[in-house]
Amino acid sequence: MENHAGAKRFPGYIALVAICFLLGFGLTLQIKSVYKNKSVVVDTEMARADQLQKTINDQKDQNDALVKQVQSLQKTVSDYRDQAAKSGDADKTLNDQLTNAEILAGISAVQGPGVTITMNDSKVSASSGTDASAFVIHDIDILQVLNELRDAGAEALSLNGERILATSEVRCAGNVVSVNDNRYAAPFVISAIGKPDQLKSALLMRDGIVDVLSQWGIEVDVATSSKIVINGYSGTPQFNYAKPAKGGD
Amino acid sequence: MPLLFAALGVLIGVVVALVYPGYIPSAYTAYVAVALLAALDSVVGAINAYARKRFRIGIFVSGFFINTLLAAFLTYVGELLQIDLYIAAIVVFGARIFQNFAELRRILLKYDRVIDKI
Repeated sequence: MENHAGAKRFPGYIALVAICFLLGFGLTLQIKSVYKNKSVVVDTEMARADQLQKTINDQKDQNDALVKQVQSLQKTVSDYRDQAAKSGDADKTLNDQLTNAEILAGISAVQGPGVTITMNDSKVSASSGTDASAFVIHDIDILQVLNELRDAGAEALSLNGERILATSEVRCAGNVVSVNDNRYAAPFVISAIGKPDQLKSALLMRDGIVDVLSQWGIEVDVATSSKIVINGYSGTPQFNYAKPAKGGD
Repeated sequence: MPLLFAALGVLIGVVVALVYPGYIPSAYTAYVAVALLAALDSVVGAINAYARKRFRIGIFVSGFFINTLLAAFLTYVGELLQIDLYIAAIVVFGARIFQNFAELRRILLKYDRVIDKI
């Protein structure tokens, strides 16, 4: 700094250095903070995903444990019934009635001849102007197949191994279908026990459900079999509101 | 010579900020960003004024602090009114930074007779 002007300009230079210091400091700190905040956002999102994944895993484990518990309790019940059946004729009649009722209710496993239907989403991609949802399987398509099978005399039905009960729902839940509150994605495998030819022809008739669905490219495969096993409902049917009516037959 | 002091100040500021362990809370980064733009405008304006030998330290210091605070305040008011008022600050100070650089360029290239165009 020049000596003659130094005394007068010195405070000015101090201010200049101070202000430029502030500018450099502020800019750098701001850039640092912006980078840090970005990484914080990413970190919290990752942590949230981890947490949700852990919750899902925990719930799945709990679910599995409960299913095991239900199975062991069902076994206890069937053991008691077997003991009861051995004890006399009247009990045997009751036991037969109980078995029939269980098949109708869908809580015991059954086997017999029938058909297996495999449904898969269309591999045709929706061209522009068409509705993409027409090329995927909806709950209503599955319900139509189930209804057709019942009409043709199906005695037991299951969807992806889930027994269809009188109270079962078949419902779209996002891109999966919910049955007995469990969710399944395509492909959907429907098993039906009944007269195989009758079931098959009910589905494959002209303008029948398979015919209509295949127009959208939805793949439906119907295979007959002489022995199909359909498992019982894995849960316990619960009736919170419906009670036997008093005085009725 | 003042340019040297300015560069020195900025350099020290950058180094100190890199060493400084704290951060600006994310809620305030929007205000700080606008305020920094105003500060940058003041400094570029000062360089321009210096090149035209019209530099006054009082104008520079007052402009620096008042513009910075005003820009941050405008951002705050905009937030209250649900208007993006900080855009006004960004446009004004951004345009002035360009204008100042344009004038500076002409001065350095000795074309300082035409000074009103970018």
